[in-house]
Amino acid sequence: MSALLSMEGVRKTYNTGSIAVDALRGVNLTVDAGDYVAIMGPSGSGKSTLMHIIGCLDVPTAGRYELDGVDVSSMTEKDLADVRNRKLGFVFQSFNLLHSLTALRNVELPLVYAGVNPGERRERALLALDRVGLAERVNHRPGELSGGQQQRVSVARALVTDPALILADEPTGNLDSVSTRDILALFDELTAAGRTIVMITHEHDVAERAKRTVHIYDGLLTDDAPLAGASR
Amino acid sequence: MMDWKETVRTAIDALNARRMRSALTMLGILIGIAAVMLTVGLGQGAQTSITNQINSLGSNMIIVTPSQTTGSSGFRGGSTVTTLTTRDAAMLADPSVAPSVAAVAPTSSSQAALQSSTTTWTSTVVGTVPDWLSVRARTVETGRFFTSDEVNSSANVAVIGATTSSELFDTASPIGQTMTVGGQPFTVIGVLATAGSSLSSNEDDTVVVPSTTFAARLSTSDNAISVSSIYLQATDAESLSAAYQEVKTALLSAHGVTATTADFTVSTQAALVEAATSMTGVLTALLGGIAAISLLVGGIGVMNIMLVSVSERVREIGLRKALGATPSVIRRQFLVEAGILGMLGGLLGIGLGFLGSAILSPLLSITVEISWVATLLALGVSLAIGLVAGVYPATRAAKLAPIDALRSE
Repeated sequence: MSALLSMEGVRKTYNTGSIAVDALRGVNLTVDAGDYVAIMGPSGSGKSTLMHIIGCLDVPTAGRYELDGVDVSSMTEKDLADVRNRKLGFVFQSFNLLHSLTALRNVELPLVYAGVNPGERRERALLALDRVGLAERVNHRPGELSGGQQQRVSVARALVTDPALILADEPTGNLDSVSTRDILALFDELTAAGRTIVMITHEHDVAERAKRTVHIYDGLLTDDAPLAGASR
Repeated sequence: MMDWKETVRTAIDALNARRMRSALTMLGILIGIAAVMLTVGLGQGAQTSITNQINSLGSNMIIVTPSQTTGSSGFRGGSTVTTLTTRDAAMLADPSVAPSVAAVAPTSSSQAALQSSTTTWTSTVVGTVPDWLSVRARTVETGRFFTSDEVNSSANVAVIGATTSSELFDTASPIGQTMTVGGQPFTVIGVLATAGSSLSSNEDDTVVVPSTTFAARLSTSDNAISVSSIYLQATDAESLSAAYQEVKTALLSAHGVTATTADFTVSTQAALVEAATSMTGVLTALLGGIAAISLLVGGIGVMNIMLVSVSERVREIGLRKALGATPSVIRRQFLVEAGILGMLGGLLGIGLGFLGSAILSPLLSITVEISWVATLLALGVSLAIGLVAGVYPATRAAKLAPIDALRSE
């Protein structure tokens, strides 16, 4: 399998006033197409920074990052927006749905920015909502949906552009155990269908569902192995 | 790239989600636009009305009025000495002195009590000559005006205005009726056609009598030949300024004074119009300026609310960026929102302006003149104000880093 995502010596330094903080200190990571990777680490480990760089929401200070054959290490904000739109699908811990829009229009949003015409947009959004089992709820607003349903809407939104990579940041962090099971089952289906997923989590039982787990500590990936021992 | 239709739809959704705030923000622009439209419209209306009134006094007219002179007693206006006389009028009527003058009407006036057989009334009595009719561009509706012979013989005849006629004689024909003016009996020989009200007096409420009769029987002045003003008519519009110079030069030399010590003032109708126009123009500009400041304040309101909107919607902006919105798309979205606020406010303001003009025109008896050019300009200005006010907030939104935007919970 070819590498969908490859990082070499990625560093990220934040300059907060006079103090420079090294959030990432040389990360090497490769994710193959079709893989399902969980990234684990305590708070302050650089987990969020890594997620931002993988998600093209931020650029590395040094090092090389290729996503789907494109070097995104030193792109402009405009080009990064384009990469996020075409190659990435985000699932956030707090769903990040727009409350004034219906589920359908929330899912249509990435297609709006891709310039897809309204007819095709609607068709694809309906398909994605059907895919996550919300065909009956397309005209509901987020406030009228349960947490689990809202997260399924955001999974539909991540799927609708047919991205190369689905990036989930603590996707079950705000969900009860039933909804958590629900969403993880949905991820299992997606990976079975050949989707590539990278998931940030601090819950071992969630990370267990991934094919591979990566640990980050103090800005470095410490191991790249199946689950190890008890959590802190 | 996101199309315009979608951008406008998104902007309307966002404004609609904060209806109360959007409405209040628009109110600022609305009041500003309506205020500018109404003040400028009122100014234009007042100008037209004043110009019409001055023009209705006559055509190609020159007016000579006495200046108050400082008497020997040393204080001004202590005894108003009228420095113009019928002799001045006779001189100006001489074609060799003032060839550009077509007609001269020396005029004196005073308030007097009138009495018909049934009722009493008070009106302005004017003593003048037959030329008054043409100089003042008046016509006789019924009956006739008095003649030069009647002036020479100091006949007790009077021509009255339409209002005076209806007050004294109601609907009966006043021609041939007798009335008293200041206790003196007069025979009514004619009624003037209506002229409408002017700045200072009602031109239809007047009694016109021969100048000699006025001087002999009605004047309060001890100088029988003095007049309160001399109305002159130039032969045509082109000779107006020539006539003005002739009149001025002739009077200066006749009175033995220089331009700086002149005891009279010569003004043309055009000069009066110009003076009135410049006065109302200044007033209009002043009021319009104050109204424009309220529009500016409205614009600042739009900017303020857009800034609040940007900081409130940091997460939304971050999410949109994560989903692929480029900085320019975000900037455009906020600019369109601000532009819509401005333009909707402007449209509603224009509506209020028209409503206000419909209400104010009859109340102030001045037609509020709202021009379409000004209205379209107002719409353009309100859109521009919205856009300009939106630039800074929109740029701030566009510059937000997606991670900072997503992080703020």
